[in-house]
Amino acid sequence: MMVETLHQLLPGFLIPPFDALMRMGQDTFGAAWPDLVTLVWTVVKVMLIIAPLLLVVAYETFAERKVIGWMQVRIGPNRVGPWGLFQPLADGLKVLLKEIVIPAKADKPVYLLAPLFSFAPALIAWAVIPFNDFLVLANIDASLLFVMSVTSIGVYGVILSGWAPNSKYAFLGSMRSAAQMISYEVAMGLSLVVVLMVSNSLNLVDIVQGQGRGLFAGMGLKFLSWNWLPLLPMFVVYLTSIFAECNRAPFDLAEGESEIIGYHVEYSGMAFAVFQLAEYTAMLMGCTLVSLLFLGGWLSPVSFLPDSILWLLVKIFCVLVLFFWVRATFPRYRYDQVMRLGWKVFIPVCLVWLAVVACWMLSPLNIWK
Amino acid sequence: MEFRTFVFYFLAVILVYAGLRVVTLKNPVHAALHLILAFFSACGVWILLGAEFLAIALILVYVGAVMVLFLFVVMLLNVDLDRLREGFWSYLPLGSIVALLVVAEMGLVLFYVYSGVPESAVPPAGAGYSNVRELGRLLFTEYVYPFELVSAVLLVGIVAAVALTLRGKRKTKSVSPSQQVFVKARDRVRLVRMPAEKGD
Repeated sequence: MMVETLHQLLPGFLIPPFDALMRMGQDTFGAAWPDLVTLVWTVVKVMLIIAPLLLVVAYETFAERKVIGWMQVRIGPNRVGPWGLFQPLADGLKVLLKEIVIPAKADKPVYLLAPLFSFAPALIAWAVIPFNDFLVLANIDASLLFVMSVTSIGVYGVILSGWAPNSKYAFLGSMRSAAQMISYEVAMGLSLVVVLMVSNSLNLVDIVQGQGRGLFAGMGLKFLSWNWLPLLPMFVVYLTSIFAECNRAPFDLAEGESEIIGYHVEYSGMAFAVFQLAEYTAMLMGCTLVSLLFLGGWLSPVSFLPDSILWLLVKIFCVLVLFFWVRATFPRYRYDQVMRLGWKVFIPVCLVWLAVVACWMLSPLNIWK
Repeated sequence: MEFRTFVFYFLAVILVYAGLRVVTLKNPVHAALHLILAFFSACGVWILLGAEFLAIALILVYVGAVMVLFLFVVMLLNVDLDRLREGFWSYLPLGSIVALLVVAEMGLVLFYVYSGVPESAVPPAGAGYSNVRELGRLLFTEYVYPFELVSAVLLVGIVAAVALTLRGKRKTKSVSPSQQVFVKARDRVRLVRMPAEKGD
């Protein structure tokens, strides 16, 4: 697998040394060599996903500050480097140099474990995200289920970071946001059930490819056969739930600066920055999932243009800007309103639409055959 | 040693260690965290067996939902460790009898299974085999009545839990969203027109 791919990718003069290297490895390690090559190749692929991802996450914070700045007729960060472009790097350096103050009565192992619990799931979920028909690290059968289960672990970071420092305020914040995340996970799961019903698969590649077929796709207007139109209520529910799931405005009660202090109030330095990184990675994950599940992923909107990974990136960017836009526009929800929206509005809407789509699929008007 | 065997023993050691720590640790939150570790290792073992749907569902349901609520309860209870340790010696004889019984029963079941079947009799799955599809088909055809029965029992559990907690008159000051939505500005604010006072 790796050998053929590299033979296509490498420039001509590098192929003989590469072949020599492979032969040497074969001679030295014998039967274990193919396993070793697979291991190294997998690590390389993981790095190829993680390194750009972290760079994008760093510049996501910059983009957010810039975009919200423009929306509020401010300039935003513009001191470090040209147009303030080095601001994320300066921020990263700053938090690295700061001291991590561990509260005296804190449960130290759990205190240090909590940021990992929130950051690791946000990264692991990228293992099954496809960027293209074949550009995916692990194209497993149940990739949608995998993403759901891995992202549901992120709530531990919130709970443990509230409990471990032995502080009332952190604990209150963590209780709030954990309750919020659990409530919205139900609505999210139900809306995804509808998506996997119409695409008849749990595999993200299949779900995206299924959106390229349909009545409107035959007429050349592919963007009308993406899931967002036939499943419009689910699209709205899912998008809003992602906002709540990532603890973003208008559901950012977990760190509502003006009223209560959030779950990570006792964290400083890099430990705090890891929570921020986790939040922004989860947000990017949410945007990617919305683009893949409802906006056709890498499919082009009209049939005379080719499908490409660029479409996926453009869609992710648009959803991301929507996140910034919402943050700059809407006031924060009150806590009881957040809970009411999740339990009393979204879950009934999902259940009704589930039944409607099930009947639709059994009727002769089924458009997903 | 084959790589699969190595992975199995690696996961099994972690699983057994985590399981032991769950019952031996004094701090209930740490015990719950070790239980989560045990779930993860069990999930890994199931993936080795090719049951990826069950493994992912284990994480989704038990780690993602059940253990979260469990942690909530454990954190809110404020368990007093010294009081818990008080009756240890007086409960020990009864407890050890129960433990021995459970171990004997499990041992008998395991012995019965493994003495008869030297190797796993399950045939290896084909290439196009989908765990989720097969499981769904079985659940909704062959086992549809037990499945519905289980869901009915769970529903009864939910209703009972709500009924138990909703006893007596509610003394909350919760607001009604419909009243909030339909409120008009003139219900809240009264504008009073007053003649300007003449300054001296």
